[in-house]
Amino acid sequence: MNRLLPIAAALLAFLLFNAFYTVGEAQQVILTQFGKPVGAPVTEAGLKMKLPFIQDVNRIDKRILEWDGSPSDMPTKDKLYIAVDLFARWRITDPLQYFLRLRDERSALSRLDDILGSETRNAVAKHELIEIIRTTKDRIPLQDSTLGESQDTADAQDGNKAVGALVPIHKGREQVEQEIFKAAAEKVKVFGIELLDIRFKRINYNASVQPKIFERMISERRQIAERFRSEGNGEAARIRGNMSRDLNRIQSEAYRRVEEIRGEGDAKAAEIYANAYNQNPEAAHFYEFTRTLEAYPAIVTEDSTMVLSTDSDLFKFLKATGSKPSGQP
Amino acid sequence: MKLPSLPPLRTPPARAFRATPVILVLLAVVIWSSWYTVPSDSVAVLQRFGKYRSEAPPGLHFKIPFGVDAVTILPVKRQLKQEFGFSTPGSSNPDQFSDEPEAETRMVTGDLNAALVEWVVQYRISEPFKYLFDVREPGATLRDVSESVMREVVGDRTVDEVITIGRQEIESEALAKMQQLATKYNMGVSIDQVQLKNINPPTPVQDSFNEVNQAQQEKERLINEARRDYNRVIPLAEGEKDQRIREAEGYRLKRTNEAEGDVARFNAVFAQYQKAPDVTRRRLYLETMQQIMPAVQNKVIVDENMQGILPLLNLDKKALPAKPQAAAGQEPQQEATP
Repeated sequence: MNRLLPIAAALLAFLLFNAFYTVGEAQQVILTQFGKPVGAPVTEAGLKMKLPFIQDVNRIDKRILEWDGSPSDMPTKDKLYIAVDLFARWRITDPLQYFLRLRDERSALSRLDDILGSETRNAVAKHELIEIIRTTKDRIPLQDSTLGESQDTADAQDGNKAVGALVPIHKGREQVEQEIFKAAAEKVKVFGIELLDIRFKRINYNASVQPKIFERMISERRQIAERFRSEGNGEAARIRGNMSRDLNRIQSEAYRRVEEIRGEGDAKAAEIYANAYNQNPEAAHFYEFTRTLEAYPAIVTEDSTMVLSTDSDLFKFLKATGSKPSGQP
Repeated sequence: MKLPSLPPLRTPPARAFRATPVILVLLAVVIWSSWYTVPSDSVAVLQRFGKYRSEAPPGLHFKIPFGVDAVTILPVKRQLKQEFGFSTPGSSNPDQFSDEPEAETRMVTGDLNAALVEWVVQYRISEPFKYLFDVREPGATLRDVSESVMREVVGDRTVDEVITIGRQEIESEALAKMQQLATKYNMGVSIDQVQLKNINPPTPVQDSFNEVNQAQQEKERLINEARRDYNRVIPLAEGEKDQRIREAEGYRLKRTNEAEGDVARFNAVFAQYQKAPDVTRRRLYLETMQQIMPAVQNKVIVDENMQGILPLLNLDKKALPAKPQAAAGQEPQQEATP
């Protein structure tokens, strides 16, 4: 009897120990009896009891769980191959259903893989790339004042794809995500799963498309660079043109002003002379006489040949001493 | 056979003597595992039998050992950081960087160009309960959210905005959206800052981006050179213009003054002339003749009655000037008679 007591105590302790289990704050538990779920799921955390050995504890996470898709290549509506990487957050809201249909997380994730994968493909194939990349409709991008000049807006109006402009979109990333989300959320409900959100994590050009994209970017940049150079040359030419224009203007203005002033001077002088010489006929005559005399020394030079008549006033006395004064009235 | 060995075991002094070390060790283990310390930047979350019980502030605390109480220490006051596209070595936060930084940086911009974006998210654990019990892997979730939001924001912008002018806007918009999602997912973190680090065009394209910069500089240079030419020529021309105008003004003044001088002289002489016109006239004439005649080397004086001057003109230069010859020579200087 004495010897059996510790053994019985140990057995009892073991049974008791097995009858208790803890539920974590992040857990919910489904008790199964020989594999068959019994009772309502335990969602309250704490120390709980069960039938020892007969009932098993199946712990199911209560938290928001992650699903991270692996990137896969798929074509868009405009036939561009892109690598899409999606993530989702989900939660087990009906543990019993979940337990019956999926039993563990691994199979849940693989269902999510299938469902989200195909919904993503559907949605991506229905939309052009730009709809998946952009979010806000009609967003007006900031313009780099040095990059985007008036030419850009002019080009955009012509319908050309201008640098620094955004193509208008109809739906945008958020709506595409919502489409995938709605379709998938409906499908996973039967598993006792609530899909909380899905989002595009990464969208990238497929490796084979990438070089072409780079080429396009390079050509786009080259075009901008070329425009800068030509703008520089053009502006320089404009400045040189201005220079030439201003120079001509300045010089011609100077010429005009100079001639005006000189003319004024000449006119003033002429006026002064005329006033003086025209004061009476005698003065005019006297002026003519004296001015002509003044001109002689300049006209008659050393190598001039003078043929003088003895009849002239100067030499008339060579032939005769004019007894009478010659004809000057 | 075992009966004889039992009684000595049950003797009190011997049992106490043998059990004491065991109990001491046991007691030591119990004490050792029933206290814990919380660092000053952290808070401890205590769970009893899995159930959330309390939060403990920094300091020394006690708990029930043997798995009854479980303590999780969370650094709530520490600024945590996640790096995208690069990694700073030596971090204690396992979520600080990923093992595929290249894939994180590659993004498609709103004008369908590619860009490489590196950024940092600074965050804190604001609600320990949510952080621990509402989301599994909150760190990884934040990474996913951050990547997704950054791509969404970059996807709405042109490559020029992403690389140069729009950085600030991207940071603030990404921060707002990340915080919104963190709240939606009950992550229990508050995001303090989103900082963009290096943003580059993809390596094969970088040269052409540099080319644009160079072209920009070249444009400035060309314009500056033209301006230099302009500035070299135009102010000089303005000065020269003023110079010419001033010279002309000088000319005008000179002409006027000279005219006035001439007139004054004329008037003075004329006043005298009027007193004795004939004599003055003759005097002036003769004075002039006297002045000019000596300089003239060829002088031919002909008689007005003689005909045919030509033979005589062939004479030597120094021929006699006073030879009275027949000629029809017109004297060139004949003062006008009033």
